[in-house]
Amino acid sequence: MALQDVCGFSKTPLVLRWNSPSWSSVTVGAPHGLDGGRPTWRHACSDKDGCSENSLSPFLLASPSSPSVPLPFSLSHGTTTLAFVFQGGVMVAADTRASCSGLIACPEVHKVMPVHSHLVATASGSGADCMFWQRVLARECRLYQLRNHRRLSVGGAAKLLSHMLHPFKGTKLCVALTLCGWDGDGEEEEDQDMRERASPASGEQEDTESRTKMSGRGPRLYYVCSDGTFLQGELFSVGSGSPYAYAVLDGGPRWGLSVGDACVLAREAVFRATHRDAYSGNCVDIFHISSQGWRRREREDLREEYYRDREQRGRRQVQGGQEPHTGEV
Amino acid sequence: AMLSTHMFGENGKMKEYHYTGPVEHKFSPYAFNGGTVLAVAGEDFAIVASDTRLSEGYSIHSRDSPKCYKLTDTTVIGCSGFHGDCLTLTKIIDARLKMYKHSNNKTMTSGAIAAMLSTILYSRRFFPYYVYNIIGGLDEEGRGAVYSFDPVGSYQRDTYKAGGSASAMLQPLLDNQIGFKNMENVEHLPLSLEKAVQLVKDVFISAAERDVYTGDALKLCIVTKDGIKEETVPLRKD
Repeated sequence: MALQDVCGFSKTPLVLRWNSPSWSSVTVGAPHGLDGGRPTWRHACSDKDGCSENSLSPFLLASPSSPSVPLPFSLSHGTTTLAFVFQGGVMVAADTRASCSGLIACPEVHKVMPVHSHLVATASGSGADCMFWQRVLARECRLYQLRNHRRLSVGGAAKLLSHMLHPFKGTKLCVALTLCGWDGDGEEEEDQDMRERASPASGEQEDTESRTKMSGRGPRLYYVCSDGTFLQGELFSVGSGSPYAYAVLDGGPRWGLSVGDACVLAREAVFRATHRDAYSGNCVDIFHISSQGWRRREREDLREEYYRDREQRGRRQVQGGQEPHTGEV
Repeated sequence: AMLSTHMFGENGKMKEYHYTGPVEHKFSPYAFNGGTVLAVAGEDFAIVASDTRLSEGYSIHSRDSPKCYKLTDTTVIGCSGFHGDCLTLTKIIDARLKMYKHSNNKTMTSGAIAAMLSTILYSRRFFPYYVYNIIGGLDEEGRGAVYSFDPVGSYQRDTYKAGGSASAMLQPLLDNQIGFKNMENVEHLPLSLEKAVQLVKDVFISAAERDVYTGDALKLCIVTKDGIKEETVPLRKD
């Protein structure tokens, strides 16, 4: 393409090239162009759609190692997302603000997107990148499920995503996803749940906690990032508001909470982060993943929460006659 | 040109009037051609409106360059930003619409066009189209739909959206008038077509007052189940 030559884009490395799906066989909804970043030499043209070349493919090729054009606009960033594992599954929360260098591009974005019935991904980073890679991940998980008659595990999905993002390391791609889900077949789930509910003593709780972590079933949480980070954990908070969220979440025990208490904790963490971080705000989305799958709580506007919180603190001050402790859950 | 892209900030506004100091001149493939686009979705209609001024730096290239493009009988797209990329992008979308029509024997729906545009934009993630797109049209159930995009393909369905050079001025006004945001004790009436058209005209008149890149004329495309009606309204020419 003439314009790409003038800008110095004519160099494309021989080894790494993108499968550009042929334009004639495109179906609506199929991610186009950057087809998961699989290098062509690995697949040896077994995938008919992916390997066909046509005159339009140089138009789509963009080498990740070539110097990028300075953009006259900026892409959207800034967020607070968090997720933690507890006895009732995984609790996930995120704000809904998409900001773009000082302007709020959209006050009602969905940062938590379902991948399949037992897996949810929270997005942080550039909006378009997160949207695209969540779709690619959902597609690959669905293909795995159809080919292997079982759901891909959370760790498997995380590893797959990490490998798909690896060719783009060093480019301007900015994606940080936390994959939150429940591993398991579903049949033996109910026995384990009943056993957990029947043992309220803290000693027994530790047993169930360690048992869940060691077995192949139960809640799982992974963090995958475009710079190559791939971590499993029990608590992750991502984004510009994450320090504030960590402060609230690290303030007390998490494993033994009930579903209602965990929801309150997650909501409080996002609320405090949106209060202090300029790039997070508007509403909060809360998801809960259990052995039955993901459930979504109704989106809540945090604007009223600030006034309610101030009122509560005022009342406590009047009652207690001393400085009230803030951030109480 | 003397007024090259390095003198402009991120959103197309000029940086300093008399800049004295060393400047490295480099070719930039992008230019900012101004213009504002707006789309509103109602119960059974959608309106896509744009001004018709094409500018670059201190000059006006044309007073009659509308930024709305008709895609199908139920969908209109508004593109503002770099005019070169707007033209190429609309050509690509038209070609893909034809291909879809020939292989699937039906016209693309608004939602399908939006999803397709997202992937077209993302395929150029590392050398993006400098275009702010807004699609307005009717969905499969006949309700108004607006889809707004960023230059690399992130999109979602809205009720109303402003894009382009005066977007930062218009979006808060629409939030208040159509979304009833930041108003207490107000009845949320559904927007009728006549009120929506009048609101769009008023809003653009305001934009032309305060944004130098918006003006000359306003072109409205009103999409209903009876088809697409076009209306042109003059704006400030200074």
